[in-house]
Amino acid sequence: MDSLILLMPVAMLMGFIALCGFLWALRSGQYEDLDGAANRILFDDLPTKKEPKP
Amino acid sequence: MNAIARLSIPAEAACAHCGAALATEARGGFCCAGCEGAHALVAGLGLDAFYRRRDTADGVLRPAAEAPTMDFAPLARPGRQGEFTLELMVSGLTCGACVWLLEQAVAAEPDVVQARANLTTRRLTLGWRGPAARGNELVALAARLGFRVAPWSAACLRADEDAEGRELTRALGIAAFGAANIMMISVAVWVGWDMGEATRAGMHWMAALIGLPVVLVAGMPFYRSALAGLRAGRMNMDLAVSLGVLAATGMSLSETIQNGPFTYFDSASSLLALLLAGRVADRAARRRARQAVAELLALQEGSVAVLGAGGIAVQTPVEQVPAGARLLLAAGERLRLDAVLEGGTALLDTSATTGEALPRSYAAGEALPAGAINMGAPVVARVTAAAADGSLAAMGRLLERAGRAKGRFVNMADRVVGWFVPVVHAVAAATFLYWWLVAGLPWSQALVPAVAALIVTCPCGLAIAIPAVQVVAVGALFRRGVLVSSATALERLASADCAVLDKTGTLTEGRPVLLPGVWSSAQLRRAASLARASRHPLARALARACQAAPVVEGVQEIPGQGLRLGCTRLGSAAFCGVAGSNPGLTLWLAEPGAAPVAFRFADKLRADAAAAVAGLRALGLEVELLSGDAAPAVAAVAREAGITAWRAGVSPAEKAARIEALRAAGRRPLMLGDGINDAAALALAHVSAAPDDGTDLAQTAADLVLRSENLAALPAAIRTARLAQTLVRQNIGLSLGYNALAIPLACLGYVTPLLAAVVMASSSIIVILNALRASKEPAAWTA
Repeated sequence: MDSLILLMPVAMLMGFIALCGFLWALRSGQYEDLDGAANRILFDDLPTKKEPKP
Repeated sequence: MNAIARLSIPAEAACAHCGAALATEARGGFCCAGCEGAHALVAGLGLDAFYRRRDTADGVLRPAAEAPTMDFAPLARPGRQGEFTLELMVSGLTCGACVWLLEQAVAAEPDVVQARANLTTRRLTLGWRGPAARGNELVALAARLGFRVAPWSAACLRADEDAEGRELTRALGIAAFGAANIMMISVAVWVGWDMGEATRAGMHWMAALIGLPVVLVAGMPFYRSALAGLRAGRMNMDLAVSLGVLAATGMSLSETIQNGPFTYFDSASSLLALLLAGRVADRAARRRARQAVAELLALQEGSVAVLGAGGIAVQTPVEQVPAGARLLLAAGERLRLDAVLEGGTALLDTSATTGEALPRSYAAGEALPAGAINMGAPVVARVTAAAADGSLAAMGRLLERAGRAKGRFVNMADRVVGWFVPVVHAVAAATFLYWWLVAGLPWSQALVPAVAALIVTCPCGLAIAIPAVQVVAVGALFRRGVLVSSATALERLASADCAVLDKTGTLTEGRPVLLPGVWSSAQLRRAASLARASRHPLARALARACQAAPVVEGVQEIPGQGLRLGCTRLGSAAFCGVAGSNPGLTLWLAEPGAAPVAFRFADKLRADAAAAVAGLRALGLEVELLSGDAAPAVAAVAREAGITAWRAGVSPAEKAARIEALRAAGRRPLMLGDGINDAAALALAHVSAAPDDGTDLAQTAADLVLRSENLAALPAAIRTARLAQTLVRQNIGLSLGYNALAIPLACLGYVTPLLAAVVMASSSIIVILNALRASKEPAAWTA
């Protein structure tokens, strides 16, 4: 049972990190367009355009 | 319509850009010059891959013949470093390839720094360096690709809508995290019969550590709604959920402190997770429908041409036009403000405001009704009231008031909860008192069976029973072209017992359709070719009547008279040299060496109007027709559509009064209408529907928008709504049955957290599986 003292907090911590990841993704707008994101991965960007200098 | 067009013409000939079926004499694989240009543009940018992945309905991406006239520059928001951003609503953005094409094409412009399209909300965010007017060129680029662009406006979506959705999703994520992790601990407690007492206490504290903040944060949407309900003096579903969850959490905390055998943190958090999942799905389904309605509205919004000092027309957003300004109303354009005619005569189609099918002529100085369409030559009118003070805005305010009244409709779930919650809480209180006073347990232990009773009855199945059916039914209707935007619309639709229909634009097409005549098909084709050059409503009707007619170049339009190509003329009788009067809606075609021929037009009954009326009657609804038009026209339509009860010459106020009279008599009227004159009646009716080519006011007022061209969608939607209501009742019965079994067990103290979890999960699954049947096609959908 001693191992529980270590393992339980570790498991909880990993879960908590995942929760933080989810909250970050939500806040940065990644859940705004689920249909678009699902399709976007299938297409390549055009490589030609140069980034304009700021 | 596309599907019909595709069926009648062999499928192999399709436009290389928009995919529309091609007429026989096509121009090199394209249906029109716009598509040819768009294809060249796409190929030039190296974006051909679009055509291999395109997944839009055929013909959607056909570029409009004219570039957008609206000035987008004032809408661009300046940024900090001299860049501008512009938010747009893009219609036609329906597949991943479209998003890619649009983003890549715009981003290929050297000064564009941001181009991001959102497929769910159809929103395009553009950012560029340089002058604000550059936005117009970028919009024109999107238009050349075939996308229809409108300014992103408040009509597209309420601003708080996004925030609300984000909060629900966040709560769901937190609740799901809590439920999964607490369940992990709980399962260890349930199966760990050899677990030491200290270990078990540690486990419970761990669960409490996760459970308390999760219940507090993730339950917020429920607590808030429950409080709002209480303040309005009503017990709603959320109150039952809140009480159950909070009671379970409080009891579990006390058990943890006293080192009791079981806690219910897992039940509380998984209950929240499950209900939030249902709510997120429900919202997403309805939002999709609302989005589609908003898209229709945004495309109708627009600008008007205001004549400046030098007689130059400037496109100005409607809201910014002051009273006293002079408007130029082009042929085929809708008058969006109250105005008086400055000079000459005007021929206006007032079917949207009065219901009259034939255009009326107005003399100089006469007041023109806002909402009418100019059927004649361009006219100049003086605005009498700014948009915010005008008759349309007054109507909008009236609708808002009526809509709020409708919001007070209490749905079936809340009606059930109204008696269910007091009963359950009385049982729980009795249980507590029995164990405490009669059986002599200490109060803290007597609380356990009482709270267990609350938890197993906590209306999990009940709370998910209705959202589940709603999601499935609203989604099924959406796929069939019926947009349901209100939460209680399905329930109201299912209970409608009589139908009140409008004539012009609802039972009829609401636009001129070519009547059979004495012309030959070659003459029709030549006339339609000419007509393609004009935006005049009659010319458009002629072009629609002969889709296969090729586009010809060099057509000259003489405003108010007609079109000329060489010696061939198409237009009014006088323009074509025909003597005599011009009864009704007629276009003449004069060709050299031949007698002029007349093309007559009239508003025609929709193809399936009679079938739809019969369908409504078969569902037990009495059908009546109310129209603002004259008696002979209404009688003819009523006879054709098979309606015996009809009234003609009905004013908008009389329509609303008729609906109120029906409601006062205890009837539940379904109102179907499209015009500004129907809007008040639509808002007052028990449930209402509008066709998608109706006016924006009617669509805002209506609960349902029928996107498909046919009216048969309406009886079919009623069948789906009734099926959904049956399923809702079954689901409520199922979950009440579950509760009837579980409450005695809980009161006697036999319910453990494990049993509670099993009961909760299994009842929810049964209810959800039952709800899935709502997407089944009702038997006679296609009839």
